[in-house]
Amino acid sequence: MIVQAICFYIFSAIAVASGVMVIAARNPVHSVLFLILAFFNAAGLFVLMGAEFLAMILVIVYVGAVAVLFLFVVMMLDIDFAQLRSGAVRYLPIGATVGIILAVELVLMFAAWVFAPEVGQALAAPMPGAHVTNTAALGDLLYTKYVYAFQAAGIILLIAMIGAIVLTLRHKPDVRRQKIGVQVSRRRTETIALVKVKAREGIGEEEGVR
Amino acid sequence: MPIAPLPNLLAALPEIFLAVAAMALLILGVFQGEARAAKEVSWLSVVVLVVAIFMVGAQNGVRHVTLAGMFITDGYSIFAKILVLIGSAFSLILSIRYNERENISRFEFPVLVLLSTTGMLMMISANDLLALYLGLELQSLALYIVASFDRDSARSSEAGLKYFVLGALASGMMLFGISMIYGFAGSTGFDTLAAHLGGQATPSAGLVVGIVFLIVGMAFKISAVPFHMWTPDVYEGAPTPVTAFFSVAPKIAAMALFVRVMVGPFHTLLFEWRQVIWAIAVASMILGALAAINQRNIKRLMAYSSIGHMGYALIGLAAGNAIGVRGVLIYLAIYLFMNVGTFAVILSMRRGGKMVEGIEDLAGLSRTQPAMALALGIFMFSLAGIPPMAGFFAKLYVFMAAIDSGLNVLAVIGVVTSVVSAYYYVRIVKLMYFDEPAAGGAFDRHIGVEVNAVLMVASIIIMFFFLYPAPVVAGAEAASAALFPG
Repeated sequence: MIVQAICFYIFSAIAVASGVMVIAARNPVHSVLFLILAFFNAAGLFVLMGAEFLAMILVIVYVGAVAVLFLFVVMMLDIDFAQLRSGAVRYLPIGATVGIILAVELVLMFAAWVFAPEVGQALAAPMPGAHVTNTAALGDLLYTKYVYAFQAAGIILLIAMIGAIVLTLRHKPDVRRQKIGVQVSRRRTETIALVKVKAREGIGEEEGVR
Repeated sequence: MPIAPLPNLLAALPEIFLAVAAMALLILGVFQGEARAAKEVSWLSVVVLVVAIFMVGAQNGVRHVTLAGMFITDGYSIFAKILVLIGSAFSLILSIRYNERENISRFEFPVLVLLSTTGMLMMISANDLLALYLGLELQSLALYIVASFDRDSARSSEAGLKYFVLGALASGMMLFGISMIYGFAGSTGFDTLAAHLGGQATPSAGLVVGIVFLIVGMAFKISAVPFHMWTPDVYEGAPTPVTAFFSVAPKIAAMALFVRVMVGPFHTLLFEWRQVIWAIAVASMILGALAAINQRNIKRLMAYSSIGHMGYALIGLAAGNAIGVRGVLIYLAIYLFMNVGTFAVILSMRRGGKMVEGIEDLAGLSRTQPAMALALGIFMFSLAGIPPMAGFFAKLYVFMAAIDSGLNVLAVIGVVTSVVSAYYYVRIVKLMYFDEPAAGGAFDRHIGVEVNAVLMVASIIIMFFFLYPAPVVAGAEAASAALFPG
């Protein structure tokens, strides 16, 4: 028990601290690295809660794909982050107000949960007990009970893909594209010209190699 | 390993058909090559939408809940879905010629419209907060893309980006509200929520906060004040057929969803949410009436006009009973044809091959194009709510519902604001009939057979609705009865 408590405090302290560093770091690359650290610690917290599937997904999707993509974007784009951040102090009061309201609401929700335990009976998908790992439990639900949501999410991703192509893809006429069919069906006679060259005369201009 | 039983997919057949057809048309477009495919895919999409209308119409009005309680079809969903499908089909028909002329004709456009329509049908059939959110995102994501479809125009890109950022914000608020509701009620299913909330004497504060955030998200989608800021800019910037599409199908779908959520699971909390709906209805009506007065661009004018009209429709929701819902549905049906017709005229406002969007450009239209002027006159009188046009009856039914539930103040404000808004609608009629023709001369003649047909159908329906209102009224009545069993 004590080990778990220690782990919890370590993970959460590092998560909060690196969360602060994400917005406080001067170098944007450092920001992204701190973000990755925050994700790792959040994954640790999930493991402590017994949600190992979520922990792994967090590492694979957020650290493995999203954060690395961020890193590339930050390094490729020439954004003046100091300038972006210059208005931060001005917007601090309104940001802080919104943050405090959200915090109060979270506290409110947590308190009511304690006071109203009967909502537990209405849970949509309670955990099926200790003998099933939660990866298996999620798999059981995702493709049966939640198949509709799963399919809808798939169509949403399809739209995102179509959108990215529609809005950004431009066909440039002067770019050489690979046409495998044409390349494979090229014949020897189309590309190679055998020329008898007499000694000391060289190749004439008109018979030059294509 | 037991195999899960296949859910009853028949109820969701129109949605499945639309999604599969959209993907098939996408493949067709890709293999045909861009230049040739656009027109073909557009017309095929219209056919797909018409087939979907018949598929929805073939469903009986019996309540079916399927896909693990997430999907519902009943009389209400049939009525709303048919409206949405008609709106999408009309907008697609209007878009074909415009896109070709403006050189933005690509086959992805109809495909995106089809996918967006699929999302709208899913919204209307949502029976779970999860299904609600996914349907909403499905339609919104496609809408963001079509808003910036004219990607070489800065205004269109700006419209898309603005819509996307504000839409994401609204989605975030809505998700927060949904998480609050889930946290306090322990479920996202509408049926479970209704059963759970029905047994409670007083709702917890957190639940009410969650519902308010949910309302914020929905109010954004129907562009009710104070969540309307994006509407004029997006309407003005987006390509005109896209604006026509925005002003009908998504509005109808979001409004239908709004009504289902509010009178379904949260019906017992009527007195909590009625004040919120009351406030946004009043604010929308007032802003729609006042802000449109100064507009010079007709697309901006229509944006403010649609904000106002959503306010009137919300009156029916504030009533919160079967009569109110019937009013909302009749309003949406008539609003659909008024707006489609008006946009058919706006799309025909071309001079020398270019779009003109100024209200002043309509001056003297009665002399150069009397038929078009007559049609626009009908739509303007109808939007203003002047009898015997259909728009009058739309307002009549919601005001009747408001008075029936004791919301007299709301009805009075509605009447006053519709008198104010009549100023700018009738001003257009005055410009067309009593002013000298505009400097640039007449509009281009060839507006296209299909645009003419849409214009004709819409104006006949709006003009002669009062002779035979029975199908719409009876349909809306049956639909609203489905939401209030017993």
